[in-house]
Amino acid sequence: LTAIINRQSARRVSRVDRFLTFIRVFLVGLIVIGVLAFLAQQFIPDNPFARWRNPDAMGLTADQFKGLLMSGLSQGAMYGLIALGYSMVYGVLGFINFAHGEVFMAGAMTGFIASEKFNDSGLWESNFLLCLVLIVIMAISISTLMAVLMERVAYRPLRNSPRLIPLITSIGVSFFIQNAVMGLFGPASKPYPRLPEWLAKQRSILTFEIAGTKLLVLVVAAVSMLGLWYLVESTKTGKAMRAVAEDKEIAALMGINVNRTIVTTFAVGGAMAGVAGILWGLLFRSVTHMTGFLPGIKAFTAAVIGGIGNLGGAMAGGIALGSAESVAPLVILEPLGVPGVSQLKDVVAFTVLVLVLLFKPSGLFGERLSAEDRA
Amino acid sequence: MSATMSAPSSTSKAAPGLLDLDWRRIGKWGGLCAMVMVLVSLIGMPVGLERRMIIEGRLSLGYLSLVWIPLLFGYVVSKRVVLEGVETPDPSARDVFAGLCTGVLSGLGPMLLVLGIDNFNLRDPLVNWGPQLLEQLTFGRGIGFGVAAWFGICAVLGLLGSLMHVLPKDVRRVVSFVTYGLLFISILEAVISDLSEGFGLESLTDAMYAKRGGLTVKSSIILVVVIGVFSILTKGRLKGATSRYKELQGEERKRASIVLFSGVAGLCIVLPLFLGKIVNELLANVGLFLLLALGLNIVVGLAGILDLGYVAFFAVGGYTTAVLTSAESPFFTPELHFGFALIIVILMAGLTGLVIGAPVIRMRGDYLAIVTLGFGEIIRLLFMSDWLKPYFGGAQGITNVPPVDLGFAVVTGIDPRSVFYLVLVFCTLAIYVSWRLQASRLGRAWMAIREDEQVAEAMGINTVNAKLMAFVVGAMMAAVSGAVLAAKVGSVFPNSFMILVSIIILVVVIVGGMGNIAGVLVGSFVLIGVLGGPRQPGLLQEFQSYKLLIYGALLVFMMLQRPEGLVPSARRSQELHQEEFLQDAWLKGEDHDREETEAVKQPGAVSGVEGEGDPA
Repeated sequence: LTAIINRQSARRVSRVDRFLTFIRVFLVGLIVIGVLAFLAQQFIPDNPFARWRNPDAMGLTADQFKGLLMSGLSQGAMYGLIALGYSMVYGVLGFINFAHGEVFMAGAMTGFIASEKFNDSGLWESNFLLCLVLIVIMAISISTLMAVLMERVAYRPLRNSPRLIPLITSIGVSFFIQNAVMGLFGPASKPYPRLPEWLAKQRSILTFEIAGTKLLVLVVAAVSMLGLWYLVESTKTGKAMRAVAEDKEIAALMGINVNRTIVTTFAVGGAMAGVAGILWGLLFRSVTHMTGFLPGIKAFTAAVIGGIGNLGGAMAGGIALGSAESVAPLVILEPLGVPGVSQLKDVVAFTVLVLVLLFKPSGLFGERLSAEDRA
Repeated sequence: MSATMSAPSSTSKAAPGLLDLDWRRIGKWGGLCAMVMVLVSLIGMPVGLERRMIIEGRLSLGYLSLVWIPLLFGYVVSKRVVLEGVETPDPSARDVFAGLCTGVLSGLGPMLLVLGIDNFNLRDPLVNWGPQLLEQLTFGRGIGFGVAAWFGICAVLGLLGSLMHVLPKDVRRVVSFVTYGLLFISILEAVISDLSEGFGLESLTDAMYAKRGGLTVKSSIILVVVIGVFSILTKGRLKGATSRYKELQGEERKRASIVLFSGVAGLCIVLPLFLGKIVNELLANVGLFLLLALGLNIVVGLAGILDLGYVAFFAVGGYTTAVLTSAESPFFTPELHFGFALIIVILMAGLTGLVIGAPVIRMRGDYLAIVTLGFGEIIRLLFMSDWLKPYFGGAQGITNVPPVDLGFAVVTGIDPRSVFYLVLVFCTLAIYVSWRLQASRLGRAWMAIREDEQVAEAMGINTVNAKLMAFVVGAMMAAVSGAVLAAKVGSVFPNSFMILVSIIILVVVIVGGMGNIAGVLVGSFVLIGVLGGPRQPGLLQEFQSYKLLIYGALLVFMMLQRPEGLVPSARRSQELHQEEFLQDAWLKGEDHDREETEAVKQPGAVSGVEGEGDPA
């Protein structure tokens, strides 16, 4: 009898499995064919395979490709910075803080308000670096405050409830913040002031042409990442954070103030999101109350790609996602003859999420979760 | 838990002097109240909602949006945590005094705001910082008056809020009946005047409501008296009736249910005949969202799968209908009849449910939520893209979806009453299906999965199949709703299917009560009917720009205070309050020797479950 049941259950499950295998094969096949077609169009443009789907394909010049890669990298660095917050909170509390994207948006919004004031007073023109430091500090403080408040008001009372309840709460928080910001500052898109010429101009590094702003984004992201790395790996606070992430009860028994450590985690994540918000503002020069939504979800995707709870992984995942999103439409979809590929950027990002979860749910670099969350 | 337990017990032992209050607590809540009032003012509610009158010339929705805050905080600050086994002091004058202090403190909020607006100009980032708000906050009578008035109002409201604990139960009942009754009648103004017109009673509503909306002062006084008397007369009867209904067994219960059901059905069929176009339109919207919410209730409420991309199925339903029936659809020229298209819609929805469900079904609950959200966005982006433009019309969507021709009647968007009847049919079907499914083998499997997936699997439930079924059934209901929407509006656009829709439906299901059909009904009538859907206005049309804010706040509030919803399903609330149930059982067990052994076992069982999680 058990054998029959086993066989039956095995057969039933296998139907879903077969479908999953089909999806896996289909997606990988799509990517391989796309890349092959791209390569064919690149090197032997007259070959029938290259002309098969997209007879008008022009291919990419080296400069175009490098440009795509650079914008992908800088955007990915931002995703990485936001992803750190998701990753740390998930590592410690085991739930997705859906409202983290709103913390990022708050940073960008603060940056807009402050930079506009500086621009009115003329300081933006005369001493840009000072302004930059000031708006970064302001954005960090507002974002940190927001993240900490969020934890105190919405998440702390739910500390021991089932996993989905804080997630639903965070969706509500996210909705609330979005619409409160819209009510406070109006729904119009808000432009950052012009950047000084010396920053915005194109620079060439190792044959890579890169706009100064994107370079700034990469540098600031790298510095923040190093700072965070130092904090988590080499200070007492970081040690406490890792301990709480591993096991809250044992950490409490070891004399660690679990509540304070959790607040610190939210604060650090919020600070990183604040920095990312400023960088977003400088790079795209426009903020609305919806700015946090898509980058937030993509940053979560980045955290999953890198392995949730894994800080280095979050950054790497962000960069991988950013480059995939900027390169894949032109390298995989365009050669297959899909028109209007730039609209499909977000589709690519979500497909990457599905792919990662299908192939390696624990992420590329392995997740680091507490014992109870791993189950 | 332990902090709230010790705080009241320690204060109860101290000598109960009037000034011997927990000042830190009062300061905290009063300050918070002031901040909330400033936030609400700056978000623009007082000014934006000013046009809608509750009582003509006395109270507008704008002021109401501020006034409830000190009332609530006064209530909260003097509330005592009641715990079994811990002595709770009786409410006394001290509590009322605490409420008063909180109210006075919260008056600081409007005061600072008034002075701030008068002296500084922060109009640049804060769009509502300006003379309009100042005018509103000072009642148009100068700053001094405004500040003094707000202190007075807040103090009185804080006092009233805390008085609710002190008043005898009967008085409390009358007061709350009168307040809610007045609000209810004022909000339902459109419905009531439509109805009275239908029955030829215009003169009554003309006397009741002022020309520019809102109750007149006279009629509100009369209403207060009438509702007050009504509440005294019906004291204890409403509860008695419901408990009597619940106690009925077998045949009698069935008969009572049939009477109740036919009464509701009769109302649903007859009432729209007397209602005007606007209210019927509203009812049709409520029906559409009710259908969606019933589907999501199966996925989230019964099976416990948090599907944030639920709107995808709504979109599939709408687009399939549009492609099959519209003459303008780019690649499928024949115009099918709606009924025939509906069959294909349901099949397509089931297929989409399987295709989206299969890859995500084994993921962790929270990953699943984000991935389904991703799918929801993907589907919308694909419908919008240039790539699929030859099939779905891109950003312009598909227009010219024909109305539903039923032979004896034509259902079009121009005649919302017909849409309502069509939706009513589908809703009834959906309610019947959900109700039958709930008690079926599949429904019980879903609930078992919701409670504990691993245990359910160990009990021999094929969790993958059961969850997929939930996806498919939910998808079908959403798709039918989408199909009706397409026929009603006459066109489909990708932007009608934003993620926003999923989240609003989630709020409806959660506020109403997850896993409970009655809860979902209440949720969609209250939320969609009063506040409105993502694009559709509700009874309070002025809320259009604030409703999403309110939805967000409601979601957080419900999750923190009442996760089982307004109309909880008994089983779900037991799951959510497991600890409290066990604690109660334990406390009861202390009194009885026989139950003692059991009671000791129960907390042991809980820690055992937690302990098992650790090594795994």
